[in-house]
Amino acid sequence: MTRRHVIIGSGIAGLTAAETLRERDPGASVTLVGAEAHPFYSRPGLAYLLAGALPERQLELRTKEELRALALDRLVDEVTALEPEAHRVRLRRRGVLAYDRLLLATGSAAVAPDFPGATLDGVVQLDGLDDARDLLRRARRARTAVVVGGGATAVELAEGLAARGLTVHYLLRGARYWASVLEPAESQLVEEGLAGQGTELHRHERVVGVEDDRGRVRAVHTSSGAVLPCELVAVAIGVRPRVELARAAGLSVERGIAVDAGLRTSAPDVFAAGDVAELRDPESGAGRCDVLWSSAVAQGRAAACAMLGEAEALDLRPRQNVMRLGGVTTTVVGAVGAGDGAAEDPDLVAIARGDSERWRDRPRGQAFHDRGARFRIRAHVGERTVVGAVVMGDARAARALAHLVRAGTDVSALGAGLRADPEHAVAALVALGEADEQKGASRAARA
Amino acid sequence: MDGHAGDIGPGFALARDVPDFALLDPALPLDRLRLLAGACVRTDPLRCVQCGLCNYNCPLGLDVRGHARQGRSILEPRCLACGECVRRCPREALGFGARSARQEAP
Repeated sequence: MTRRHVIIGSGIAGLTAAETLRERDPGASVTLVGAEAHPFYSRPGLAYLLAGALPERQLELRTKEELRALALDRLVDEVTALEPEAHRVRLRRRGVLAYDRLLLATGSAAVAPDFPGATLDGVVQLDGLDDARDLLRRARRARTAVVVGGGATAVELAEGLAARGLTVHYLLRGARYWASVLEPAESQLVEEGLAGQGTELHRHERVVGVEDDRGRVRAVHTSSGAVLPCELVAVAIGVRPRVELARAAGLSVERGIAVDAGLRTSAPDVFAAGDVAELRDPESGAGRCDVLWSSAVAQGRAAACAMLGEAEALDLRPRQNVMRLGGVTTTVVGAVGAGDGAAEDPDLVAIARGDSERWRDRPRGQAFHDRGARFRIRAHVGERTVVGAVVMGDARAARALAHLVRAGTDVSALGAGLRADPEHAVAALVALGEADEQKGASRAARA
Repeated sequence: MDGHAGDIGPGFALARDVPDFALLDPALPLDRLRLLAGACVRTDPLRCVQCGLCNYNCPLGLDVRGHARQGRSILEPRCLACGECVRRCPREALGFGARSARQEAP
């Protein structure tokens, strides 16, 4: 009998799972249910749509031919209930849908602000394509925007709105940007980049209220007593996994849906992948969340294999992400600790998009820095390996150090030399990373 | 011969790797012709979020994003090595590198 696979969620985890299922089980029935009616699109690409760097249709992830070949039964509908014992889900419009294997890939949603006036027309967030369209429409009429929050999305909002010609005020609750990941000098590079684009930074400031003009935003009142007249308040204070469906069905849910290394939830034949899944750390046993594209792809693939009963180990190598922050391409990989020791970022009430909790692990070993005029490189070197790195503005170093961290290359031969000559330590590591990567390429070529 | 990046050594036959060499615009600068002979645009799927800026900026409409998704190099003979995709990629998922066998393997 044909096995009925049902996927809930049309983000990259769901799409990757659908493609993996089709590839490995060409005869299977694959149904994907999602509330969004748009073609599959790149959510991270919304930042570039907002900035005007590309048109909307470019965000589409697959061609019509690819989608035809995928032979997916795609339903635009909302799942109202999951009934794990009966192996079925209830849909708002189409009634009941039975499954043999179910994947929950419902992603995460932006946390709503709670300051007075948060529900006024003109207070906006950037969760999906509809939000981006709405923002673009509003940006055409607005002259001034206030951005609050942290992480990559807040900066993308500030950069995007500035690129659209708005005057942008960016409010930071603390002394600097993203203190839970970046060191002070790294934050400074982002802040300088934002200022260079015309964004005005306000430190130690938060919104105490939004002034109401017949239901619309007129101005933001800040904690220092300032009044910033504006038509838009863009908020990015973090995201939370969309767990409501799983929780109501009695699945084990912590912050995300608890899954094992095979992406299995606590309910039989129900799997979870992407932002919504909370994986246990194999060493500490603690639940860890990632809101990363690469994690969602890896988990979507692994979950599909598990749904087919095939064992394919999930890629658990150190997490990596690349972000454009204030015009500076920033790569974060592995354990990099918490900036200057602040585990919490006052600008975020939950994890940001593009963030991984595994980055917060305290890097054991010594940190080496390279600070140029337009770049910053930080490498954390443990006993034998490079355990983490933050690379801003240097593509070569970013690639080489990310390779060393993810491959777990033994760098102990450099050990004493690094400590004796810390000025050149990063350069030596980058050279080793490049050589090691090429050695790997040559080995693969010979094989 | 290990095929290290930047090496154009024995066994690296120009005729084989650039089959359409004669079709290239002779007005292209010599360094770009050399680049095309020994190198290509390489992709890093781990850094790529499939935003599509590369496809949008490719003057020939090549599917750079599709290559990046699978971690394949752009070995398309029509690639001009103009560098537009490399320059525009916001996440440094693209770069020029040696034509090695690693990315070309299925």
